[in-house]
Amino acid sequence: MCLAVPMKIKKKKGNIATVSLGGVERNIDISLVENVRVGDYVIVHAGFAIQKLRKSDAKATLKLLNEISNETLG
Amino acid sequence: MKHLDEFRNSKHITAIVSQIHSISQIIGGQVNLMEVCGTHTMAIGRAGIRKMLPENINLISGPGCPVCVTPNSYIDGAIKIAKADKTRIVTFGDMYRVPSGNGSLEKAAAQGARIDIVYSPLDGLEIAKANPHQDVIFLAVGFETTAPLTARIIRYAQDQKINNFSVFSCHKLIPPAMEALVNDLNHTIHGFICPGHVSVIIGSRPYEIFPREYGIGCVISGFEITDILHSILILLEMIAGKRKVSVEIQYSRCVQRDGNTLALNLMKDVFDVVDAEWRGIGVIKSSGLEVTEKYSKYNSACRFEIDKKGLSDKKGCICGQILKGLKKPYNCRLFAKQCTPEHPVGPCMVSSEGTCAAYYAYER
Ligand code: SF4
Repeated sequence: MCLAVPMKIKKKKGNIATVSLGGVERNIDISLVENVRVGDYVIVHAGFAIQKLRKSDAKATLKLLNEISNETLG
Repeated sequence: MKHLDEFRNSKHITAIVSQIHSISQIIGGQVNLMEVCGTHTMAIGRAGIRKMLPENINLISGPGCPVCVTPNSYIDGAIKIAKADKTRIVTFGDMYRVPSGNGSLEKAAAQGARIDIVYSPLDGLEIAKANPHQDVIFLAVGFETTAPLTARIIRYAQDQKINNFSVFSCHKLIPPAMEALVNDLNHTIHGFICPGHVSVIIGSRPYEIFPREYGIGCVISGFEITDILHSILILLEMIAGKRKVSVEIQYSRCVQRDGNTLALNLMKDVFDVVDAEWRGIGVIKSSGLEVTEKYSKYNSACRFEIDKKGLSDKKGCICGQILKGLKKPYNCRLFAKQCTPEHPVGPCMVSSEGTCAAYYAYER
């Protein structure tokens, strides 16, 4: 039930934003997250954005995974 | 986001699994890691992670499926409200078929109760606006991921002066349940894979008690296959003494130490922390959320005078022990026989992320 997926903000107006996921657009409530901008990725749970997805941290984790791969598999 | 696919990269999977195997050999003895969250249980089943792990690494599924831990008394209360005059229940789909001592919402609907299945609590508010002559009740089930949404709609109802809307809260809190399990003497948990989206809201601080007081490491994990494997590796490194036993955030792209403060403040405003009953586990101190006095107008329990006291589970169903991680579904004699997703006997089989449903789908 705690399922939440990243979606990209396309448009916003007040507390409502339009997001897209796999080509399908829908409206979500963004009042639980500060400073949401068009182009941001947000994590959406039951019609609400609950957090922004931070690209820099995603990249940092992937860098770590890469290091593990290189170290293990050479 | 394109680079998110990288979290399923097969090279990374091979590498991490190989590291897990070498470190497990160093550890030697049996290691019990609990994945607290039902969404992780599902992801682990789907990705076949259990089969990739060495024999001495035992993944146990925790109580993190909100529908599964909802007690009979709550379902009975919801049915009672559903049968009252001019009421209309709004609920997430998972709750619809959960059996209690007195039937289920599905059966109540067959007898004429009005029940709408919705995707978002916001839909509940819309239904209330569109039907001013009905009393619309949202069944607020879920953990910290969902509770702020309920808080939000209560505030919307107040702002927009929607008076025919209320919330029947069964919201529960994860860290107190984890602590109850740690204190259960039947259990030895060596590490926790902590829920990702609960932690988006609460952050990592509430878990700090586990390394500090109990010497148990915690890793807040994402939901992709490499996320989960990576989190297991980090926990094993803690157990092997190669890393400090602490709370680590593997899912750092979404989780920060302080969580979502906006959501937390909203929850504080709308809810009181109360003792709550968990199906199969019993009452856990300070583990539930009830709508606070200030918003009692929006509290269905007050409006319909519902008492949230318990009834026992169905005969033969061992959901309680499964929710505590003490037994696995194939230890239940009803599993995949009398009890299937089409004909569920217990809630762990009803919810798509219940442990029995996950094992039925992926690990039979
Ligand atoms: S298999 Fe069915 S009856 Fe057995 S514990 Fe799971 S839900 Fe209960």
